[in-house]
Amino acid sequence: MTRYLIKKMVSLAAVLFLVSLTVFSVLFVLPGDPAQIILGINASPETLAALRARLGLDQPFWAQYNSWIGSLLQGTGGHSITYDMAVFELIGSRLAVTGPLAIMAMALAVVLALPLGIFAARHQNRPADAAVMAGTQLGLAVPEFWLGILLMLLFSVHWGIFSAGGFPGWDEDVWGSLKALFLPALALGLIRTAILTRLTRSSMLEVLREDYVRTARAKGLRERTVVYGHALKNALIPVLTILGLQMGQLLAGAIIIENVFSLPGLGRLVFQAIGQRDLPVVREVVLFMAAAVVVVNFLVDLSYAAVDPRIRLDGQ
Amino acid sequence: MNPSPLLEVTDLAKHFPLHRGFFSRPTGWVKAVNGLSFYIRRGESLGLVGESGCGKSTLARLVVRLLTPTDGSIRFGGREIGALDRRAMRPLRKRMQIIFQDPYASLDPRMTVAASVTEPLLNGSTFSKREQRALAADLLSTVGLRISDLDRYPHEFSGGQRQRIGIARALCVRPELVVADEPVSALDVSIQAQILNLMKDLQQQFELAYLFISHDISIVEHFCDRITVMYAGQLVETAGAEGFHGACRHPYTRALVAAVPRPDPRVALPLVTVEGEPPDPAALPPGCPYHPRCPHAFDPCPDHRPPLVEAGGNHQVACWLNRGKGMNKGER
Repeated sequence: MTRYLIKKMVSLAAVLFLVSLTVFSVLFVLPGDPAQIILGINASPETLAALRARLGLDQPFWAQYNSWIGSLLQGTGGHSITYDMAVFELIGSRLAVTGPLAIMAMALAVVLALPLGIFAARHQNRPADAAVMAGTQLGLAVPEFWLGILLMLLFSVHWGIFSAGGFPGWDEDVWGSLKALFLPALALGLIRTAILTRLTRSSMLEVLREDYVRTARAKGLRERTVVYGHALKNALIPVLTILGLQMGQLLAGAIIIENVFSLPGLGRLVFQAIGQRDLPVVREVVLFMAAAVVVVNFLVDLSYAAVDPRIRLDGQ
Repeated sequence: MNPSPLLEVTDLAKHFPLHRGFFSRPTGWVKAVNGLSFYIRRGESLGLVGESGCGKSTLARLVVRLLTPTDGSIRFGGREIGALDRRAMRPLRKRMQIIFQDPYASLDPRMTVAASVTEPLLNGSTFSKREQRALAADLLSTVGLRISDLDRYPHEFSGGQRQRIGIARALCVRPELVVADEPVSALDVSIQAQILNLMKDLQQQFELAYLFISHDISIVEHFCDRITVMYAGQLVETAGAEGFHGACRHPYTRALVAAVPRPDPRVALPLVTVEGEPPDPAALPPGCPYHPRCPHAFDPCPDHRPPLVEAGGNHQVACWLNRGKGMNKGER
């Protein structure tokens, strides 16, 4: 186990290094001078040069990269040009929105998708199954932002139950914040529900045909025990994989939906930072997203071992 | 004859619909089991022989009601079970168990051996964890596995060991009938003998009745009290295992028996080949299902299905040859 953990840590470090290098190089060669954007087109060459020097933009590539990595290792990250604060701090405050949003969306998806998928599998090729499959097809076809707008129209404009966007902040109003996250979480969650339902269904169908499920029936177990105790447990592994990938993606910021609902999350942060050439923010958020995906996948790997005794993490 | 047999199957049939598409009506029927009758007495083993695809496994699953018959009756312990639903079957499952062909696929990979083996007990009765464990340990030693294997998972065992686990699982509830669906065909020959001997010992110990399914007639001859031969969803011949070789009369059975190699290099075996292919169960020939391949086919065979009739001495044959000329004893 320890060996496995060490191996994972090393590969995480390697991934982060490569991502950091790539992000940094891309932003380095990208046209658009941050100093120019900050000062506007009418700035004099002297002030521009002064600002460049202050931001370290006049340094060569490796010097800039080294000082960036240094700031990361210090635990503060770079300094945001537009927000005038340490980027790590900025990411932390935005994560307080994106994190709960991702968790709510995923929880919603799991709560809906597992029962639906099992139900569809047990009624395979019957009208109920066809209805579920048609619904998920729709869910896959609908783009997130459109679903978000639709939900907003229905719940906020029509019924006035939820606000149409914005976020009061956890310190101000916990209940209000939860409510503000509900619609975007629903929009994100419903689409993931469609994917997970299909996956659960096909995985269950496969497992329900397994001999050991027939064995369980022959044992005279209750149907509930057969379906949940034997079939579902075994069907869950592929579902877990996709669940992890989806979670990583959501944590990395639901850029579009956060913009639709004007939520001050990570996705919106990076979206705006790109427009404002706030390079330190872009770099660090991208790095964070990569780390989030890798870490979540690592957690999924760990959960495999918990779920399936055949999987040994040490590779023995 | 004894009082009523433990298992009595009459005119049993299972037809699977053939679908072409999602909403369409069935376009045909696969007649996997097509009207067959037999019985098994308490403590007796009946061997069921037939080639691949003749409906043996379907029959096995029908008998333990993992499938619902299309037609016919299954009486178990004097009670009709052919139409019982899952719920109503549950109490009966303690009295009949099945050993599956594939020891690799029939154990839940996520359950320890102890849990797998004693799970049938949870059907209706209450056992403490300690009692369950003690029983599991007992069962494992009965089938020749170690107590230390209790907490291991199926993937840690070999095929033969897994089949032993499957047998232990089947025996857990002290059944009266065990349907063994090719229990040794996935195993090495050396392991086959071990498993067969084990099953034989357990039969004496627990007074089990077996429906022993195999495609290997020599195994069945050795293992069973009586043998029945299945062809294309029907039984063509049933006779005592003792001297089955010489006594069998159906042309198909004779071909099967002739195909068994003899471990004697001095005996030159006449090569009896069976022409053609076994029939498609979705398009069975009319009359006797064997007639297109039978060298002895004559007038009634293509039009009338021969019934399984007594041929003397607890021996039944479904062949017009037997009926037409059958009265002249021994003449073929």
